[in-house]
Amino acid sequence: MGLSGIEIFKKLPKTNCGKCGVPTCLAFAMKLATGQAELDACPDLSEDVKEELGEASAPPVRSVVIGTGERAVKLGGETVLFRHEKRFENPPAFTLLLSDNMDEAEITARLKKFNDTVYERVGVVLRPELVAVKAESGDASKFGALVEKVCNETDAGLVLMNEDADALSQAARSCSNRKPLLYAADKNNFESMGNLAKELSCPLAVKAVNLEELSEVSEKLIAMGLKDLVLDSGARTAKKALEDQIIIRRAALLKKFKPFGFPTIVFPCEMADNLIKETMIACQMTAKYGSVIVMSEIEGHSVFPLLLASMNIFTDPQRPMAVDQKIYEIGATNENSPVLITGNFSLTYFIVSGEVDASRVPSYLLIKDTEGLSVLTAWAAGKFAADTVATFVKKSGIEKKVKHRKLVIPGYLATISGELEEELPDWEILIGPREASHLPAYLKQWSAD
Amino acid sequence: MTFEVPKVSYTGKIREIPLGREGNTVIVGGESCYPFHLFEGEMPHPPKIAMEVYDSEPEDWPDTALEPFADVIKDTAAWARKCVDTYGAEMIALQLASTDPNDKDISADEAAKITKEVSDAVDVPMIVLGCGNVEKDTDVLKAVCEVCEGRDLIIGPVVEGNYRAIGATAIGYKHTVVASTPIDINLAKQLNILLGNLNVPDEKIIIDPSTGALGYGLEYCYSVMERIRMAALIQEDERLQFPIISNLAREVWKTKEVKVPESEAPLLGDMKKRGILIEALTAQCVLLAGADILVMRHPEAISLVKESIKDLMT
Ligand code: B12
Ligand code: SF4
Repeated sequence: MGLSGIEIFKKLPKTNCGKCGVPTCLAFAMKLATGQAELDACPDLSEDVKEELGEASAPPVRSVVIGTGERAVKLGGETVLFRHEKRFENPPAFTLLLSDNMDEAEITARLKKFNDTVYERVGVVLRPELVAVKAESGDASKFGALVEKVCNETDAGLVLMNEDADALSQAARSCSNRKPLLYAADKNNFESMGNLAKELSCPLAVKAVNLEELSEVSEKLIAMGLKDLVLDSGARTAKKALEDQIIIRRAALLKKFKPFGFPTIVFPCEMADNLIKETMIACQMTAKYGSVIVMSEIEGHSVFPLLLASMNIFTDPQRPMAVDQKIYEIGATNENSPVLITGNFSLTYFIVSGEVDASRVPSYLLIKDTEGLSVLTAWAAGKFAADTVATFVKKSGIEKKVKHRKLVIPGYLATISGELEEELPDWEILIGPREASHLPAYLKQWSAD
Repeated sequence: MTFEVPKVSYTGKIREIPLGREGNTVIVGGESCYPFHLFEGEMPHPPKIAMEVYDSEPEDWPDTALEPFADVIKDTAAWARKCVDTYGAEMIALQLASTDPNDKDISADEAAKITKEVSDAVDVPMIVLGCGNVEKDTDVLKAVCEVCEGRDLIIGPVVEGNYRAIGATAIGYKHTVVASTPIDINLAKQLNILLGNLNVPDEKIIIDPSTGALGYGLEYCYSVMERIRMAALIQEDERLQFPIISNLAREVWKTKEVKVPESEAPLLGDMKKRGILIEALTAQCVLLAGADILVMRHPEAISLVKESIKDLMT
């Protein structure tokens, strides 16, 4: 994003046709300059101009892809320092570390756990994304064999870690179609590593002992024509890592400092002697700018909270995720099934529908449009007031689906029950539990008469 | 291209606020940089953790959270003492949850009595939090202020609807107030202005911009804290230059994910470690966003967070 709005404006068609969604070319140029619009939104740009502006409007932290197909992981692409300024783009990849010193059974077990660890939350799939294979045995054939095993047993993206350039090259060639991240080029070997990565079109990690050195090596690789780099500043304490991550991101964003305009790789696995503490450090790096986060183990009690943190930090702060206003039928409902109501914040919907589902009591869940706000937030904002709830219930068509007239409202909204009864005289208003987790027990004892 | 560290120049500073009774004070605030950005500013007082205790036996806690307190759970004062003696609590946060009209609805006098007992049992600075019902909190917190005269409590939540009554009483008895607002930087600023107009001294205000648990709205709270710190430190918004408190444990420990046993959800892993980590990671996130005081529950989560603070400071 080297260009100013005016500079961009000069290259636009200047027809003010409005097809890009803003009224004028100038307004569009301003949005492009601040990263709030995509070039593709204007249909009338020549290929030349597209390329020129594309280069100039590329995010200051380059997007780098590791892996291929469905398991390709996109990292970087960031344009802001704080999530509220716009949003963070690509959540970090939690990465399982495997060493060629580990015994076979251990590796098999860890890989299996890695593959099995997949969650669905709020309609989004969350999982650890990459496997890092590290050479520690000093035996190239052992390393090669482990890379092969990992390739066979998972289709996740890979990080190949070997200080021996020949051994790394051999292993990388055997799986270059998987686009692994090669770790790492340093001040001594950057030429051969750079050439290898170029030849195989693989992303390349750059490793240094401090930021100064990192910028030098990165700059040399850029000069060699490498585009997809991932940075390791060498920091191995929580404090230093925080500092380095912040400086790298700031330099890229505020100073357009090209050598730091890439995603990073960080190693909580080398910064703690147990998984619990490692998890704390990984959380810090999730919030503050780590991209590939390498963990010694993938265990549910650690990676699930980390994935929650990552999801929180990377959701779009401007647009709450919402579901449609309608009647959701959960299970094989009939005219005697319970009727519940809540708002259309995705998180609320998924939590509540999940609990109703788990109760195995087929139910109707009425989702009222609350503009993506949670129950109490919606109520406080006037989006869950008795009158609008009543209008929605009447119009929803639920009265044709059930014989009874009992409506379960969220426990936190006990205060609206009286008013709601007045607005819906045919209905009996039941105050449900406060927490959705108590719904299964509640529904099991619910009865239509 | 030579590389140059891009530093932020801060023009504002967070107020330093001493809490607790003389001889036993804890100081919070004083930052002249974003959280833990020690390469370009100072954090003279590392964030503090207040261990929470409840005014009556909790009913809906998972065993994993009850376990450390099993022997004291029926006696709030003993519970507080255990937090200090066994777990080294730097502060105590008494949650007067039973005063909630939708819950046990205990009276203001009863709440004040319990508060006094706890106050007598421990010396560390003490935070006293009402149930969140605007009218009830007014009665309860006024009573609490009175019986604990000279204890220099930190009381809250003081909100737009009751700041006059509680603020005035707090001034009278020299307690500190927790100014609470729902996740909105303008509301936070507004309430601080109102408290200022009421003559609550600036060194008697801590702000609470609200907290959600990891996976339950935390992101909004994280961002509002970051924004408050930016306004305070680089826009010199002096009505936002106050230490931040985050009352996080009660949010965390009511979520489903800390309560599901591993047998029901094998992929979520060990239930005890999971609960501890969800609390500790919630804390880690708000620390990085700018919190100065964390209200926490599980001793193991607390020691993790303490260690993390130490690692980030030194
Ligand atoms: C994140 C948040 C926001 C976000 C919005 C996020 C969103 N998409 O909703 C933002 C920052 C935008 C926001 C704004 C406001 N907020 Co707000 N917000 C929160 C916060 C921190 C978390 C809410 C959340 O996401 N919860 C998670 C979801 C899943 O919870 P839930 O929908 O309630 O669902 C649970 C239960 O209700 C139950 N359940 C749900 N449905 C059903 C249905 C049935 C039948 C049953 C039985 C159970 C059930 O199951 C779920 C899990 O157990 C809470 C405080 C807190 N810690 O909870 C305040 C809170 C809800 N907000 C509050 C307020 C006042 C506001 C504002 C009005 C402030 C203002 N004046 O600007 C605005 C209004 C918004 C607007 N005007 O646009 C107050 C409400 C006070 C009250 N008691 O009425 C709260 C409680 C904070 C406080 N303590 O003051 N908020
Ligand atoms: S679509 Fe292109 S030509 Fe039309 S107003 Fe937008 S920028 Fe200008």
